[in-house]
Amino acid sequence: MTFLLDCPHCGPRDVYEFKFQGEVTKRPAGTPTQRELSAYVYFRANVAGVQREWWYHRNGCGLWFLAERDTRTNAVLRTELPVPARP
Amino acid sequence: MRLPPQPGERIDRSSTVTFRFDGHPVTAFGGDTIGSALYAGGRRVFSRSFKYHRPRGLLCTTGRCANCMMTVDGVPNVRVCVEPASQGVDVRGQNVLGSVDRDFLSVVDRAAGPFTPVGFYYRTMIRPRRAWPVYERVLRNLAGLGRVPPSGEPRRYDTEHRRVDVLVIGGGRSGRKAAAEASAGDADVLLVDERGGFVAEGYELLAPARAIGIYEGGLVPVDAGTVLYRVRAARIVVATGSLEQPLVFPGNDLPGVMLPSAVRRLVGEWSIRPGEHAVVIGADDEALGVVDDLRVAGTAVGRVFDLRERRLERIEARGRRGRLSGAVVDGEEIDCDLLVASGGSAPAASLLAQAGARVEYDRGRGAFVPVELPAGVEAVGSVVGGQQPSAVPAPSYGGGRGDRCFVCVCEDVTEKDVKRAVAEGFDSIELAKRYTTVTMGPCQGKLCHLGSIRLLARETATPEVEIGTTSARPPWEPVELGLLAGRHHEPMKRSPLHFRHEEAGATMMWTGAWRRPFAYGDVATEVRAVHESLGVIDVSTLGKLVVEGPDAAELLDRLYPNRLSDLAVGRIRYGVLTTDGGRIMDDGTVGRLAEDLFYVTTTSTGSDAVCEWFEWWNAVWGYDAEIVNLTGALAAINLAGPRAREALTSLTDGDVSNEALAYLDARQLRVAGVPCLALRIGFVGELGYELHCPASAAEHLWDALVRTGATPFGLEPQRVLRLEKAHVIVGQDTDSESSLLSAGMPWVLKLDKGDFVGRFAAELVQERGIRERLVGFTMPPDVLPGEGAQVVSGGRPAGRVTSARVSERLGRTIGLAWVGPELADDGAEIEIRLGSADERATVTLAPFYDPAGERLRS
Repeated sequence: MTFLLDCPHCGPRDVYEFKFQGEVTKRPAGTPTQRELSAYVYFRANVAGVQREWWYHRNGCGLWFLAERDTRTNAVLRTELPVPARP
Repeated sequence: MRLPPQPGERIDRSSTVTFRFDGHPVTAFGGDTIGSALYAGGRRVFSRSFKYHRPRGLLCTTGRCANCMMTVDGVPNVRVCVEPASQGVDVRGQNVLGSVDRDFLSVVDRAAGPFTPVGFYYRTMIRPRRAWPVYERVLRNLAGLGRVPPSGEPRRYDTEHRRVDVLVIGGGRSGRKAAAEASAGDADVLLVDERGGFVAEGYELLAPARAIGIYEGGLVPVDAGTVLYRVRAARIVVATGSLEQPLVFPGNDLPGVMLPSAVRRLVGEWSIRPGEHAVVIGADDEALGVVDDLRVAGTAVGRVFDLRERRLERIEARGRRGRLSGAVVDGEEIDCDLLVASGGSAPAASLLAQAGARVEYDRGRGAFVPVELPAGVEAVGSVVGGQQPSAVPAPSYGGGRGDRCFVCVCEDVTEKDVKRAVAEGFDSIELAKRYTTVTMGPCQGKLCHLGSIRLLARETATPEVEIGTTSARPPWEPVELGLLAGRHHEPMKRSPLHFRHEEAGATMMWTGAWRRPFAYGDVATEVRAVHESLGVIDVSTLGKLVVEGPDAAELLDRLYPNRLSDLAVGRIRYGVLTTDGGRIMDDGTVGRLAEDLFYVTTTSTGSDAVCEWFEWWNAVWGYDAEIVNLTGALAAINLAGPRAREALTSLTDGDVSNEALAYLDARQLRVAGVPCLALRIGFVGELGYELHCPASAAEHLWDALVRTGATPFGLEPQRVLRLEKAHVIVGQDTDSESSLLSAGMPWVLKLDKGDFVGRFAAELVQERGIRERLVGFTMPPDVLPGEGAQVVSGGRPAGRVTSARVSERLGRTIGLAWVGPELADDGAEIEIRLGSADERATVTLAPFYDPAGERLRS
């Protein structure tokens, strides 16, 4: 785990400056069933391939952003700011 | 032994240094290494081998093999052939009982050889199982390398980050050329070389330094002694050259059997005659070229065998008293004290393989060569593959014998061991490697990787191409663990009042990264001061966040299970944060300072996590609200006790009456001239004011408060006080299973508002009921259970204690514990296990002290 990550604000930085927050999940709308809730809280797709994930520039500008990363090679295909969705 | 001055020699005969070897003084010239000085002084045995304690001498003289490892000034495993001789150092042989010349442990070689085949300890020392610690101690003493000194001098190591356009690894001819070419433009070029000693032309030279690996993202850690450089380069040029490979034959590890590189350096650099009578066996011009060096040195070269012209069947080195005395080549006996034997060169392609290059066996060259380099990585020079014609040597010249034919000198692995491994079914290279430990010694396969694969190919009748190669992993060069650990960087946070606490003689303790006073003196006295008079505690470590914006109230309503949008300006509410899984994450207070301005406090260790949490959810939702972490900018001091109002009145013009500043009010207040945000809250259960002020004014405010007669109290008294109020400490009394309902905080939960983080889980818990409940308990004051003590009911485990203290004020031991819901009733009898006895305790649901909270509101 020594790849570089392109912070949308600061540019390419060592991955150790960032906090990884896992893959992007979809929070259930309305009242979920217990199964839906467990799936959302505890289960992850854990793909071997490209996944969208959250990163936080903890030792930098403090920006939360999204990255598309190939989990097999750690190649980061793109990073971008999230599009906020008001609940 | 020293020759007259030679052109190009690296020694400076006008200067000398003296060091000690096993207690005896040794004199060296400037430019000598410890190894060259010892060799010039007539020393031939440098070490004892890993397992059999066989005598070993200089083999490669390039710092690759383990044959010359010694302990230098207490540092074990120093390769003395490349370690510069310096004045006064203390050099000692290692892994010996006695000396390297007379090692009593060499009995292992003479007696136990047939009984100690590869992996014998896994098979013969397994019973009785409890005796393994004894076996292990014996084995540890018999086998191994140097010892780590039990109390070595601490050395300081640092890490430095570097970014360059081009990094060249290796300063040979090709590497220097590549560096010079790359720096022709305005590129920033760094060349790393293990020796140096040449002038860098237009680029930066880092030497002596060794690249220890190539990681993803083009990260190359470079070992420069006490500094680890983490170099990132857009382009990496690998010019690591090639490695001369030993031949496998009986006695090939005897002192006196050398690789050509050893002869070249001994003669060319240190002007030492390596021996009197030599035999040379080589597979390429590089190896056979040492004949010229030997002539210069005055060594008589008896016979020269060129493997390209003559296929040899058998080679044997004969020894007398642990030293080479002669060689037998295909039946021809030749007396010699030096046998230069080389099976050609193998590209040093490990770094390339680590970078992702494919490494394939080239049948014509008889070696593994890199193909398909990854993007951004180039290779120049002989690492790409041999330029000169070379013969492919036989896997072994032992003629079927196999023992004493060393494939791996570092780990004492013989041809016989490899055969045995294959016979036992460990016939893939990865398995054979792990079973025999071939390539796993200090040289990391530099001298045995190719040889072991050739042997395996022969034994399994499989071509080398199909056998392939083991994974190349860092470190490529031996590296001190201290260098990888770097300097001790334990972050320590100090409150702005840190030095006041030290001056007051406080006992300091860690809480997370913070240093906080445990107590200033007697804990009970400090508790009493708060209850009866006035105490003051530094709570600057609390997380302090400002949430501001038109949507601030709505954002907080969605983050907290509480309702905060209806909080009046100037009022405070206790808030608990939960995750969507329902877990209690953090707690603190939320004060509304203006319609769109909230002041949030968090636990001392939770401030960063809470700030990240707020910002993350706001990145998801995009509310019009800003979150600012003021934890470090502000100090906070809690003034608590019955005399708190009286003391505060004496320091401020503001109205601090119970009407103007009521319980859970927040007001701006000037105290002792310092602008403060005063929060009237009571974690410790007495009338109290939490004063938040700029960190720069903290000492002034603290001094003023102490002058009113307030007794400073530490964290331990505070823990007693809060436990009397049954106030929960998140993380101490709660864990990853704790929900609001199970922790007894149903009043926090507001399900009649909209969605919030943790709502789904809270609803589910409410619907299905709780499995455990956090309750208070009391016990006689002469017993005190530890944290984690077991709760017992009817002889069965029924829960666990999370906090317990003796309360002087209440005359009882009090605590918090998790129990089943059937025991969570006021007055329920439980037992708590202390050692072997079960002590009775009584469940209490209300706070132990002032359950109605009258003192807080007074």
